[in-house]
Amino acid sequence: MSSRKEEEIYQEHVLDHFEDPYHRGELEHRTHVHQGDNPLCGDQICVQLKIGPDQRVQEAWFTGDGCCISLASASMLMQALEGKTVDEVRAFTAEEMLELYQARLTPNRQKCCLLSWRVSQAALFSPVQDGVDSGNREPAGGEQSGPHLGEES
Amino acid sequence: MASTDAPPLDANRYRQDFPILSSVLHGDQPLVYLDNAATTQRPRCVIEKIVEVYERQYANVHRGIHWLSDQSTDLFEEAREKTRRFINAPLREEVIFTTGATGAINLVARSWGDANMQAGDEILVTEMEHHSNLVPWHQLAARTGCSVKFIPITDEGRLDLEQLPALLTEKTKLVAFTAVSNVLGTINPVVEIVEQAHQAGALALVDAAQSAPHGRNDVQAWNADFVAFSGHKMLAPSGVGILYGRASLLDAMPPFLGGGSMIHRVTMHGFEPAELPAKFEAGTPPIVSAIGLGAAIDYLEDIGVDNIHHYEQMLTQQAHDVLEEVGGVRFFGPPPAEKAGIVSFTLEGIHAHDVAQILDQYGVAIRAGHHCAMPLHKRLGVAASNRASFYFYNTPEEIDALADGLRAAKRVFRR
Ligand SMILES: Cc1ncc(COP(=O)(O)O)c(C=O)c1O
Repeated sequence: MSSRKEEEIYQEHVLDHFEDPYHRGELEHRTHVHQGDNPLCGDQICVQLKIGPDQRVQEAWFTGDGCCISLASASMLMQALEGKTVDEVRAFTAEEMLELYQARLTPNRQKCCLLSWRVSQAALFSPVQDGVDSGNREPAGGEQSGPHLGEES
Repeated sequence: MASTDAPPLDANRYRQDFPILSSVLHGDQPLVYLDNAATTQRPRCVIEKIVEVYERQYANVHRGIHWLSDQSTDLFEEAREKTRRFINAPLREEVIFTTGATGAINLVARSWGDANMQAGDEILVTEMEHHSNLVPWHQLAARTGCSVKFIPITDEGRLDLEQLPALLTEKTKLVAFTAVSNVLGTINPVVEIVEQAHQAGALALVDAAQSAPHGRNDVQAWNADFVAFSGHKMLAPSGVGILYGRASLLDAMPPFLGGGSMIHRVTMHGFEPAELPAKFEAGTPPIVSAIGLGAAIDYLEDIGVDNIHHYEQMLTQQAHDVLEEVGGVRFFGPPPAEKAGIVSFTLEGIHAHDVAQILDQYGVAIRAGHHCAMPLHKRLGVAASNRASFYFYNTPEEIDALADGLRAAKRVFRR
């Protein structure tokens, strides 16, 4: 069997991010944090941001567990977020996230790719107060628009 | 059980009857369909039966005073009779056509449950239930204040029946459990559990969704009060399933859905329900799907359900052997000799979805996720697993293809 087939989804740059992720770990002086999951596959991502007084993301880190696509995409996103202003992060769309990932994804795997993006959007609204992480869960009905899957049957 | 000298089942012969099994995917990969616990494929005889009915014998059932309606009604009732024989139900009116196992269990929860359960009462389920034999009871608990308790599983994936006597109390009104786990493949001792439920004064509902397609399901030998299963997991079209219920219970239960067919008489002020089975079959039923189920049962009986059971156990044993050789495979559930044709596993260091994705590229269709059993996966300590599930048309070569696909996954992820 050739390895050509896997390349479409598990491209080298994807595997590189998966195996050696950018900023996977706890961020000590975080100002914003949010955790979300895909209950249907059990993937879980927590995004931790340090937003400076100039309203720019100084650092972006993530923790969590999941499939190759959700972890590799989180790694790519953390790199992309750093240096962006809060407004720029807010304007960063699901489509742009899929473009950032590059490899072509079927609709059901797009959901994996968009998990960290969804969590990062919510993190902007989840400031850390007095050292206590607030809003650790997505708000009810917090499912953002964009490609998604129905319930697994 | 079949005698050991039963002729070996010739899967390659039966494959010819399933047009979809000769599919080629992604240009050059023959389809290896190992997702039979989710749904099976249909043989040509079932497909042709459906076409024939629509082309020559289709009308609504139990309604028209015309030739076509008589034809259609006869076929529909014939399918009920075939199903009755298949599960050895005493009476034809104990066989209710529903939309599926889910529809059947919800019928019991709504009709029997609402009428009989109250705060303080208990329903006993197991940690290995499919959501469809769990959520309806959670909903019933929310409506009535009753509570749902669990028979735990052991680390080997069997029901921990030593706990059963203590869990069964005078508060227990129903024990609802699966005959075969859709994740672990565990074959549960149905007769023993039903008997203990009855001794405690509780009723027993058997979720036969994973057992009806793959072996002997004798509701009288089980002595079960309710039995639920789906057509689409046993070669029939989707949209039809069965609720078997003891006539004395069904008679006493209020109708679930209201509408046409389920009434004896309707006035401006109310209605009188029809007799069984019509009482629980409101509206136009899944006519052609039910007839398709009858054709599927003919086909299965022709092969012999015991032969199917034994052949699948052989595949399960082989799957354990060849996957073991791949390395890094963690199996769930009891040893292969105690399982139905269901093998769930994880591949070390590779997420279940990534495994399934790579297998798909080799034409191998398996299931990845929690398989509608989230509490069970929590108990197993994994978020998701992979599941290969077999039917009589799967071959040893297909299991080798699964193993090859897993080796490919390990190469991609450099494990
Ligand atoms: C054990 C078990 N029970 C119930 C069901 C529900 O069947 P259906 O979705 O056909 O109603 C399934 C199917 O996935 C199952 O495996």
